[in-house]
Amino acid sequence: MLSDRDGVLIEPFLSSFLFNLLHPASKSEMSILVDSNTKVICQGITGNAGKFHSLGCRDYGTRMVGGVTPGKGGQDVEGIPVFDTVEEAVIETGANATMIFVPPPFTADAILEAVDAGIEVICAITEGVPVIDMVRVYEKVRASNSVLIGPNCPGVITPGACKIGIMPGYIHQPGKVGVMSRSGTLTYEAVWQTTNLGLGQSTCVGLGGDPIVGTSFIDLLKRYQDDDQTEAILMIGEIGGSAEEEAAAFAKAHVTKPVAAFIAGRTAPPGKRMGHAGAIISGGKGTAEEKVAALEDAGIVVAPTPADMGDAVLKAIEKAS
Amino acid sequence: MKIHEFQAKELFRQAGVPVLEGIVAKTPDEAVAAYEKLGGKVAVVKSQIHAGGRGKGTVEGNPDQRGVVVCQSVDAVRQAAEGLIGKTLVTIQTGPEGKTVNQVFVEAGCDIARELYLGIVLDRAASKPVLMVSTEGGVEIEAVAEETPELIFKEHFDPAVGLEAYQVRKLCKKLGIEGNAAKAAFRFMPAVCRFFVDYDCSLAEINPLVITGDDQMIALDAKVTFDSNALYRHQDLQELRDLSEEEPSEVRASESGLSYVKLEGNIGCLVNGAGLAMSTMDIIKYHGGKPANFLDVGGGANTEQVTEAFRILLSDPNCKGVLVNIFGGIARCTTIASALIEASKVVGFNVPLVVRLEGTEVEEGRKMLAESDVDIISATDITDAAKKIVAAVS
Repeated sequence: MLSDRDGVLIEPFLSSFLFNLLHPASKSEMSILVDSNTKVICQGITGNAGKFHSLGCRDYGTRMVGGVTPGKGGQDVEGIPVFDTVEEAVIETGANATMIFVPPPFTADAILEAVDAGIEVICAITEGVPVIDMVRVYEKVRASNSVLIGPNCPGVITPGACKIGIMPGYIHQPGKVGVMSRSGTLTYEAVWQTTNLGLGQSTCVGLGGDPIVGTSFIDLLKRYQDDDQTEAILMIGEIGGSAEEEAAAFAKAHVTKPVAAFIAGRTAPPGKRMGHAGAIISGGKGTAEEKVAALEDAGIVVAPTPADMGDAVLKAIEKAS
Repeated sequence: MKIHEFQAKELFRQAGVPVLEGIVAKTPDEAVAAYEKLGGKVAVVKSQIHAGGRGKGTVEGNPDQRGVVVCQSVDAVRQAAEGLIGKTLVTIQTGPEGKTVNQVFVEAGCDIARELYLGIVLDRAASKPVLMVSTEGGVEIEAVAEETPELIFKEHFDPAVGLEAYQVRKLCKKLGIEGNAAKAAFRFMPAVCRFFVDYDCSLAEINPLVITGDDQMIALDAKVTFDSNALYRHQDLQELRDLSEEEPSEVRASESGLSYVKLEGNIGCLVNGAGLAMSTMDIIKYHGGKPANFLDVGGGANTEQVTEAFRILLSDPNCKGVLVNIFGGIARCTTIASALIEASKVVGFNVPLVVRLEGTEVEEGRKMLAESDVDIISATDITDAAKKIVAAVS
């Protein structure tokens, strides 16, 4: 017999199942993670940032179907209905994605609530989440069917279809490059270059600048490799950790599409944290040199400066053909 | 946030991690009194600075004076304290400029049978904390990792559960610890792991961790760093912050919500976003210049923050020019432009200023700057900006 708790988990599943039956993804819309069928809620919609960006996403064309702020259920934010819990929002709206703007002490809980409600794509924009909270959340997210982007990230956008997050929409253009990055404004720089070169983007994902984030470069390499719209991949890494080296090894073995990359922080001194909690060279590990060497060894075209990211994609495409 | 060894040891003691008796001293007299209170036999006088490598470090102008001194008499304690307090200690981690020793920790001696290493960090690849131990205690662990990585043993642990008993058993076997010393390890290792989680540490390192002649396990050193993002839930730890150990301009920047790191070069950088700020430093270097700093004004930069950012940049005597690189997303170019114009009135720019604006409301922003009387060299893209500022300062 099913317990109450099972019921809680099954209902959102059923609603998203029904939703998918009613709205089959059309062939022309590919991309990864989100598309024009994605129904988005915002956790923390009644706060300044939550409200501002929910409206910004709606203006871009995203299907913003609701928001969640405990205690404010029944209100609305310029026509977007507010619910007390994510579970309720999912049942009422069929939402399958969320962007989280709640303050850092409550972010871990907000992510877990979204996982519990069966949300498929969770973007945690919030900066400053304690790392130990993310250790706990990471385990639960990975054991679920949800995908977590962030925290401390700009979000995810499939140009012309769905924007979830804080990136300026107009710099994007529907196209063929999958852009993934650990940094925000540097992603805009890369996107702008690919737009100006006429390449456009399939889906851009900001992974987040924290030591523990829900989605890795490798997770996205798999998705981009399987996505028909994505013809080339641009990976923007930075000093600290070993995510870029791991991604390079994975790309060498499993990715057949052209890959270009850039690593920020070539001139950063060891032991100094460069803004992002994750961007620090410690114990001589995580240097840009090591990362560039690993990427080049995997046949990835590495841009020498941040001005050359778009060019590096062109070179990678040329090299592959 | 970093704290001193004596502070970390007090927290260890409260958390059930064994440490030796010790007393902090700010003057040679206090050091002597501490020595006598500890029994007046063997004691170790240890300089307290936020950097490692103290044992091998030496005092500026006095190469015979080490940062850590074993003493067996009142005279020796006084001499060590006089040689350290108020002096500049240079170690492998302080850089050539060294750090001023404001206090020493006088600690009782002990009978050391073995020196081990223990450290806990977050393993980003595994997204879990990892306990690392090694038989090679007392030496630089980076050197061990480089030369004999097989002598470092690791166990990941779940923060909610802590270190499991079987994990301690595995580590004891690998370290060659048996009998009463192993019993001590069953208390010691899980206690440090619990400490790491309870206090939201980003690093907890004990080097050396010693086993005494009577099989006790003691933290002879303690290096602890806390996750700054979690300090809101540890009010007590905030009192342990020692601002005299931090770069004043970095403290000032953090108070204004700016992320700033001082560097050695002469080109000041003002950028929005950490990744773009790092890349801006990189491209300056690529075109032959040297960045004076890393500075991220963040996404929601306002006039006050931009003004404060300029004050900090221009207060650096090495700064011979400033590069502003803004890719407006959430931060609009118009906001940045008006902040720049305001800042120029308040601060007064006395060095060349190259500005590159792109993104949200860029045309209006550029127009505002062009129509203002601020003396600006405008740049079209990031390469152009880097070349122009390098030319302007050389």
